[in-house]
Amino acid sequence: MRLADLPFPFESAPGPAAVGFAEVTADQWQATAGRLRSAGATLVALWAADRRDLHDGFEIRAAYALEDGLACLRLPLPAEAPDYPDLGRHFPAAGRMQRAAFDLTGVAPLDPADGRPWLRHGAWPAGAHPLRRDVVARSVWPAVADDYTFVSVSGDGVHEIPVGPVHAGTIEPGHFRFSVVGERVLRLEARLGYKHKGIEKRFESMSLDEGVALAGRVSGDSTVAFAWAYAMAVEQLSGATIPPRAAALRAMLLERERVANHLGDLGALGNDAGFAFGLAQFSRLKEDWLRLNARFWGHRYLMDRIVPGGLTDDLDDAHLPVLARQVHDLADEVVRLRRIYDDHAGLQDRLRGCGVVSNDLAQRLGLTGLAARASGMAVDLRVGRAVPPYDGLDVRCATRSEGDVAARAAVRFEEVAESLRLIGLLAETLPDGPTRVAVPSARQGACGIGRVEGWRGEVLVFVEAGADERIRRCHPHDPSWQNWPLLEHAILGNIVPDFPLINKSFNLSYSGVDL
Amino acid sequence: MLPQYALSQLLEALFAVVVAPLALGWVNQCRAWLQNRRGPGVTQPYRVIAKLFRKEVVLAHQASFLFRAVPYLVFGCMVLATGIVPMLATALPFAPAADVIALVGLLALARIFMALAAMDTGTAFGSLGARREMLVAALAEPALLMVFFMPSLIARSTSLTTIVETLAHQRVAVHPSLAFAAVAFVMVMLAENARIPVDNPGTHLELTMIHEATILEYSGRHLALIEWAHALKLLVYATIGIALFVPWGIAEAGHWGALPTAVLALAAKLLVGGAALAVTETVSAKLRIFRAPEFLATAFLMAVLGMLTHLLLEATA
Repeated sequence: MRLADLPFPFESAPGPAAVGFAEVTADQWQATAGRLRSAGATLVALWAADRRDLHDGFEIRAAYALEDGLACLRLPLPAEAPDYPDLGRHFPAAGRMQRAAFDLTGVAPLDPADGRPWLRHGAWPAGAHPLRRDVVARSVWPAVADDYTFVSVSGDGVHEIPVGPVHAGTIEPGHFRFSVVGERVLRLEARLGYKHKGIEKRFESMSLDEGVALAGRVSGDSTVAFAWAYAMAVEQLSGATIPPRAAALRAMLLERERVANHLGDLGALGNDAGFAFGLAQFSRLKEDWLRLNARFWGHRYLMDRIVPGGLTDDLDDAHLPVLARQVHDLADEVVRLRRIYDDHAGLQDRLRGCGVVSNDLAQRLGLTGLAARASGMAVDLRVGRAVPPYDGLDVRCATRSEGDVAARAAVRFEEVAESLRLIGLLAETLPDGPTRVAVPSARQGACGIGRVEGWRGEVLVFVEAGADERIRRCHPHDPSWQNWPLLEHAILGNIVPDFPLINKSFNLSYSGVDL
Repeated sequence: MLPQYALSQLLEALFAVVVAPLALGWVNQCRAWLQNRRGPGVTQPYRVIAKLFRKEVVLAHQASFLFRAVPYLVFGCMVLATGIVPMLATALPFAPAADVIALVGLLALARIFMALAAMDTGTAFGSLGARREMLVAALAEPALLMVFFMPSLIARSTSLTTIVETLAHQRVAVHPSLAFAAVAFVMVMLAENARIPVDNPGTHLELTMIHEATILEYSGRHLALIEWAHALKLLVYATIGIALFVPWGIAEAGHWGALPTAVLALAAKLLVGGAALAVTETVSAKLRIFRAPEFLATAFLMAVLGMLTHLLLEATA
């Protein structure tokens, strides 16, 4: 389905990313969701905003990925009863986003399947909504009782294993409630939100220029993806066009981020299966990779390099041969390590058939990113109608059909190889010219959406400009929103000790969804 | 004669208690080297134990007397076990009192109390670990007994000292049955000592743990004793293996002069054995937990095969 097929006019955003904005009525909101669902479109993000200070009530927005671009629908809601038709019945992924939107703004779906709080863990009372405009950012509420009810499973021999939010290792906090019989998992329910930091509220006190630093800290392992998506949104709403050299350098950073994370994950997957050799080898490769980042870009994880209008620093052309050589050497090493992984019977026994997400389930629940590609969904923003420089790179989409841990590892291996090819190609064909342009001042109320294929999946950042070049509303969306619920399905029928491996094969962000 | 024996007994137990962390440190150091890491040094287990002894003990409110007593009991069991296994010399007054069957029982006792203590605090991980530990134990112990029976058949005794003396001093004879037994023993040893591929001693993932899950609630001196006992257990198994399959060099009863040779021989064997263990662990991945029964069933099968080989080929009427 294409944007033009929808029965209301779209206002097309300028710039390379195909994004259309439209305002809808409550009936259209619901009917469109049904049509999009049956046409195979996916819900990318959903967020709400308080506009009562503009005498405009509230609004809820949903972003759908269509064949030829992104459709951002806005449904205005009255201030006194901000309810909207539930999207959860069409798009299961909407459930948690709607719960989060309610906790933050008080905008509620009508008759949702799950009405429990999501981000509110008792740090603020039930009636308070911290993202409303009339709430002071520094507000401190008395802690209230946190009475979250998990779905319980009963039966002969069924018992629960609560895990986290404090874990035995140094990892991010999340609570996992397993209902098991012996070692077999009957149900898993995850509870996140332990890292809620009020990022969206903080954006509202920043200027459009400052916001990129915060966007780059939504999820530290995806800092390039978030910063680029944010910069893309600001460039779109202000009508700036970045020079080709800036686009190529941004892509180089994004691919370097992808390679770094994939290398880390491949090592960790080996380690979680008791194969520490893999961790040692991949950690070594990742460390060398990060050190080169620090040498050429001044930051191991490439934070704060991308800004609206381009990049902070140019890359010295004298470095390009070094980059090309590193890419070449790494590609060889990864091929050798992949052979060891593939030939190791014990390791393959752990990875294959473990944590299977079928293609049907992935489609139904709207899986995204590398996990979706491992379940046979060919979704990649870098392929097809891509923004520059990807439109000229002919990116190969790595897909697998098995949907198990081994498939997610294989997709990572293939994406590392492809990213290395892309970096080499970008280094070879790096255009000359400036790497930064001035961003024209933004009109108050202008909106922009940036979408970037981060290493986990599609990162989306929505920005609405306020008065005086300030941010009125910024919503960063991490692909983990879509993929966390799939983890609960992937573990079903598996055994408890396989959970860490399955979890690591997704490697989802806690920080990115807790905001 | 008797005071001399008592001295040798005391010395051997003391030697084992002191050396055990070093043996564990050696294995860990080898693993680190094999993974291209520098490693913490062979004395790291001593530092860990010393650190834990200095730390305060944090007890769960619902922890009973059992929970506090078990670390001492487990440590005691392991020290006693070192008294039964001929490590340096065969002159051990405890040995006639306890044969291999008693040794297996002693190890089982420690394990059962460990599992009880794990369940004592009522946390999910404790019971999870205890459950898995018993799954492994129930399959490992019969296999271990079968392994012991084979040299017993050769020596016509279940006393370890007699077995060792027989094996070390008989004319050089090839025992194919012992090769089967050795393979079975190594498999049981990996399982019983929570090593890869059955368990992963280095993991931080609480959901995959077997042995580690049972001791998650322990801290301070309790944990120190358990870690120490764990190192002792590894040494006990290693020395059992040495005594049964490569006993040469051990000092005979009353031969004090042979002791230095015995110490050197043991050190050399432990160095080689520890390195071999590290290699095994490095090239293996951890088994999915329900493959552990298959693994241990294979060990049992090996032991039975060894025994059949002995009865068919080696037994003299």
